[in-house]
Amino acid sequence: MYWNKDIETLDRDGLEKMQLALLRKTVEQAGHSPYYQLLFQQEGIAPDTIKGLDDIRRIPFITKDTLREHYPYGFLAVPRGQIVRMHSSSGTTGRATVIFHTARDIDEWAGLVARCMYMTGVRPDDVFQNMMGYGLFTGGLGFHYGAEKLGAMVIPAGAGNSKRQIMLMQEFDATVIHIIPSYGLHLVETFRTMGIDPHKDLKLRIAFIGAEPHTEETRQRIEQAYGVKAYNSYGLSEMNGPGVAFECPCQNGLHTWEDSYILEVIDPATLEPVPDGVEGELVFTSLRREGMPLLRYRTRDLAFVYPEPCPCGRTHRRISRIKGRTDDMLIVKGVNMFPIQIEKALMAIPEVGSNFQIILDTIDDNDFMTVKAEIRAEMFTGDLKHLESVRKRIIDDLRSELLVTPRVELVEPDTLPKSEGKAVRVFDNRKQWG
Amino acid sequence: MAQQVCIFAENKPGRLERLTKILKDAHINMRAITIATSQGFGIIKLIVNDPVKTAETLRAKGLTAYLREVIAVLMDDQPGGLQKIAEVFARKEINIEDAYGFVIKDKNQAVMIFDVEEMPEAVTLLSKAGFILLNDEELYNL
Repeated sequence: MYWNKDIETLDRDGLEKMQLALLRKTVEQAGHSPYYQLLFQQEGIAPDTIKGLDDIRRIPFITKDTLREHYPYGFLAVPRGQIVRMHSSSGTTGRATVIFHTARDIDEWAGLVARCMYMTGVRPDDVFQNMMGYGLFTGGLGFHYGAEKLGAMVIPAGAGNSKRQIMLMQEFDATVIHIIPSYGLHLVETFRTMGIDPHKDLKLRIAFIGAEPHTEETRQRIEQAYGVKAYNSYGLSEMNGPGVAFECPCQNGLHTWEDSYILEVIDPATLEPVPDGVEGELVFTSLRREGMPLLRYRTRDLAFVYPEPCPCGRTHRRISRIKGRTDDMLIVKGVNMFPIQIEKALMAIPEVGSNFQIILDTIDDNDFMTVKAEIRAEMFTGDLKHLESVRKRIIDDLRSELLVTPRVELVEPDTLPKSEGKAVRVFDNRKQWG
Repeated sequence: MAQQVCIFAENKPGRLERLTKILKDAHINMRAITIATSQGFGIIKLIVNDPVKTAETLRAKGLTAYLREVIAVLMDDQPGGLQKIAEVFARKEINIEDAYGFVIKDKNQAVMIFDVEEMPEAVTLLSKAGFILLNDEELYNL
């Protein structure tokens, strides 16, 4: 039941010793990057000044903004020639963050994902259909490499094309799937129209659901509809991607792999650590990455650590479901986006006024984004065709910026709340957070 | 040339009533109204006795109004009346963006309103063909 029993069940003391040794190594490795070289000089930080794990607190936090300020190579700790892969978080115009991996980084990452999959019962004779987007997004390739490392057969189906997904599941007897939860629910309708009963007609037994926050109810609906056990997956591209924290068969919290990451939970206001059981912002330090080590990366994700040990025997601490965000990032159809991206795209269109709203709904288990944009009175010429082309341009521009197609409504000038002060621009009617 | 008042409106209950209330209070009389809608929004087009005052009043009340020049052609209210005009446009390949009409019963006459891309050319063509084109005042005095 363990991929690596020694590591997964290592006692606290052993884990912390391992973490300290790896933290020193990581500080040394990070010091090769332009960003950390300068920072460590200024702060007087060197591997031998890290005497205990608490000394990590001498290292300043970093955020997505820090990564952007030093885009693209400021955190690179090896010569470019050693890099074999890059991944990027969503956002196409300046908001993207890029992470670089060496061959060894990819191998370590795949090992973590394999460990997660094995933990839930995946074995080499399983058929794994990966229904996540391949590409810059880490969810697809991360699981792909993990499953291959484990030895399962991978169907690299990628995202979308519901009928083909179901056909592949059926023809090749898929036993394990990886799917965005909202898409998983949406697909249930396609099963119905194709006259397929997943319980009888398919061989599925395990589903991995991640890339967007979801509730316990969503998990149960997927489990019932597909006849599977569904496991929550947590990761972020800055910490490789999937494989950071994962549910074990107890399905009660996600084990964070503390041999590869240092997990801190902080109060986002005071930046002080909070005790186990108290909700705070997750902060991660990579411990085994050589291409682009990151120390104390603030995720903006809110969760808490389960204080009690897990009955599965794994000693790595469990985090709760993600309870929310400390920033205004939105997750729509598994894609991360910020309201400012929408604002920038809208303001580049002369016919659009200065106020807008973003409305998020769940319709037929699918995320729907509606953007309401005011037209500018001065640009109105009574021409319906012109307005239609404006609406189409907004949709096109937002689609290429966000990679999600919104519904766009043009509204009368000065009917939406003004941009001064703290106008509420986002109305999220979804029940996304567990 | 005549002027048509165009008003941008979201396609929602009560939007027309808000407009007609303002027109009523300002004692504005309509000759014709059409509404064209698209995805969730529309344009209301009015032929009124005083388009400039109408547009100003509507803007003062926060509506998005625009005065758009259109061609108003006087025609006989009898079979084939519109055919004569359409023929002129067809021959010279003038494309009609928008058109609507109304009749003046006691005079057995009708007025067709046209919005075309090639406005000056269309005006010249119709005038040459002997049609009477109305301006705002003439429209009002019908």
